[in-house]
Amino acid sequence: MPRIGVFVCWCGSNIAGTVDVSTVSEAVKNEQGVVFSTNYQYMCSQSGQDIIKNAIRKHNLTGIVVCSCSPRMHEATFRKTAAAAGLNPYMVEIANIREQCSWVHKDMLTGTQKAIVLTKAAIAKVNLNSPLTPGESPVTKRALVIGGGIAGIQTALDIADAGFPVDIVETKPTIGGKMAQLDKTFPTLDCAACILTPKMVDAAQNDKIRIYSYSEVEEVNGFVGNFDVKIRRKARYVKEELCTGCGLCTEKCPQKKVPNEFNMGMDNRRAIYIPFAQAVPKVATIDADYCTMLKTGKCGVCSKVCTAGAIDYKQKDEIITERYGAIVAATGFNPISMDKFDEYAYSQSKDVITSLEFERLTNAAGPTAGKLLRPSDGKHPHTVVFVQCVGSRCAAAEKGKEYCSKICCMYTAKHAMLIRDKYPDVEVYVFYIDVRTPGKNFDEFYRRAVEEYGVHYIKGMVGKVSPEGDVLKVQASDLIANKQLHIDADLVVLAAAIEPDKSARSLATMLTASMDTNDFFTEAHPKLRPVESPTAGVFLSGACQGPKDIPETVSQAGAAASKVIGLLAKDKLIGNPCIAHSDEMMCNGCSSCERVCPYGAITYVNKEFRMPDRTTLVRRVASVNEAVCQGCGACTVACPSGAMDLRGFTAQQIMSEVDAICK
Amino acid sequence: MQVSEYKPRIVAFCCNWCSYAGADLAGNNRLNYPAEVKIIRVPCSCRVNPSFVLRAFQRGADGVIICGCHPGDCHYTSGNYYTRRRMAMLFSMLEYLGIEKERTRVEWVSAAEGAKFAATMNDFVETVAALGENKRLEDLRCKR
Repeated sequence: MPRIGVFVCWCGSNIAGTVDVSTVSEAVKNEQGVVFSTNYQYMCSQSGQDIIKNAIRKHNLTGIVVCSCSPRMHEATFRKTAAAAGLNPYMVEIANIREQCSWVHKDMLTGTQKAIVLTKAAIAKVNLNSPLTPGESPVTKRALVIGGGIAGIQTALDIADAGFPVDIVETKPTIGGKMAQLDKTFPTLDCAACILTPKMVDAAQNDKIRIYSYSEVEEVNGFVGNFDVKIRRKARYVKEELCTGCGLCTEKCPQKKVPNEFNMGMDNRRAIYIPFAQAVPKVATIDADYCTMLKTGKCGVCSKVCTAGAIDYKQKDEIITERYGAIVAATGFNPISMDKFDEYAYSQSKDVITSLEFERLTNAAGPTAGKLLRPSDGKHPHTVVFVQCVGSRCAAAEKGKEYCSKICCMYTAKHAMLIRDKYPDVEVYVFYIDVRTPGKNFDEFYRRAVEEYGVHYIKGMVGKVSPEGDVLKVQASDLIANKQLHIDADLVVLAAAIEPDKSARSLATMLTASMDTNDFFTEAHPKLRPVESPTAGVFLSGACQGPKDIPETVSQAGAAASKVIGLLAKDKLIGNPCIAHSDEMMCNGCSSCERVCPYGAITYVNKEFRMPDRTTLVRRVASVNEAVCQGCGACTVACPSGAMDLRGFTAQQIMSEVDAICK
Repeated sequence: MQVSEYKPRIVAFCCNWCSYAGADLAGNNRLNYPAEVKIIRVPCSCRVNPSFVLRAFQRGADGVIICGCHPGDCHYTSGNYYTRRRMAMLFSMLEYLGIEKERTRVEWVSAAEGAKFAATMNDFVETVAALGENKRLEDLRCKR
């Protein structure tokens, strides 16, 4: 006979505020199997857990129900408590009377009644629980980092530092990401390349790190500890191991009119190219969309000039399969498209640019060699207008993003300072909704822009930018002086909102990692597990989880790495025992379960059965591979004979919950 | 006032990874929905056997809602597709048996959609309440 204990938590006033906890613990006293029932202020506290442990020992409990917060919060805690008192941890059920009861209902009577029903359902279920023992699985001691920006590089370096091999997959021909495109970095104004490129070189030279550049993740199978990943190495038509990165081919290539994406399309590159001087790996890549040889079969200049013999026009995409213990998503961000913001005339004038374009414009390695020149006519501008929050904090969801992009206030202050530093004759206006500077030395930095560099900060939004002849007529409002402003600008810079990279969506599907409505990866807990995805073995690094500046990205990258190291350091993983199980006596070997199993966990074996008349019957029956089954339960419903059931969520258990709720 | 006296009985099956977390988020954000909704946690919406839905109606539930991850986002890659097909079959059969199709529903609620969870439940309870008690499939032997 089950002997069940019920423990109702007050959670301070979180539960006790809307649920009369003593009524709940009283009301369930006579439920089937219940031999002990109590309530306490904080069940998760040390003394609360002691109450549970003592009751288990004193009353010989065979199962417990804790009425508390969501099982997603403290199920693991109470399982450990039970185990410490000698009870199988899977003999614990949680009645969620906080998130799904006290917090969503306002009056005491409703809350208490519902809490009683939820508790009764949990009691009905725990009556049918059986002790479970989890299996173990090995850990592949290699990590995969998807994305080779500063987030991915830092994560890989930290993992490699701990002695574990790690692979970086980057879709571009070089690692470096957005940070490689930046000029200076706030709030110190040190040059981005000077602090990034040593890290890129470190990653390339580290014998624990392999870099798969110009590659994409194509398929992910498996689960924590053992992910099988297919990586497509796109044909770059250059043999990576032979290319010396001399760059001769990129000078001789006759196809000169290819928009240079590294410079945001503000100048051209050749069809064979190395994105920038410090690229890692420093290997040329042929752009198949523009290469005359690949398109028409007539040219071959690069092949002729290459002394290393690295050009290979017949190269094909290559698929490699690797096994990893952990995966880190570091897919980063992109500025949003300016298509829907035509009031700023982005599509009408070359002199309306985004902030990332401005970074290239002011970068010594950029299209103008760092000189501030108008993209349209190459003239020196005298008035520059910066527009903040273009698409950020935008209530119209179809136009922009509801969230704050976080980095724009600071980089605009940086841009304004850089201009005023180099060209004191240029007037700089910044239009803002709010200036947000929460960060170490951030507000000081902004104050410097205003006070030392004389940047005109104006609270108000720009309504319209209209190109008229040489100038851009900027109409704006000054909310503090309460007047309309008309400024003739030579250059307008838009602080475009940032959004997750487009590849993140398909990656999330492959990883079965969840995303929020903006396609940022969701963390396992917003405060306490910020670098882990809810999917075990998948970790988050950098702006793919939310807008971040470089210091934050680097610290998050290190945090993700430490979580990966913690996982890879284990020799074995404890599995989930709540998996499918087939009753061989009932199974007729029909294969319905095998067909719906997403993991291929079901195989068939020929099993001998002793018949009552002492003959032997050999029958084909389903057998579940316990290491592969993830416990979704798809097979249990497909099974026509009811032989397949899911441990921890058996049909009987769920039916008993239904009964208790409908009583 | 007679209408407000009647409280429908709603069973909500929520998958552990998305919808149950969505319901938790509704709680975290203190978004109200009627107490008639009682949630049963299942690992995946595809764990919901049509017999569970039948059982609920037999035992006197007035409405049954199954919530899972959005298509393509299933933690187990494809479970919610099974749910969608199975429940489409079941619901049309239930309608044939006289259970109005408004009493049954499949909804996709992600872990980030606390507001959607609360809104869905508010709407569902209102819809079911308007239909009144479920007498068609209720087994009177199970009645209190």
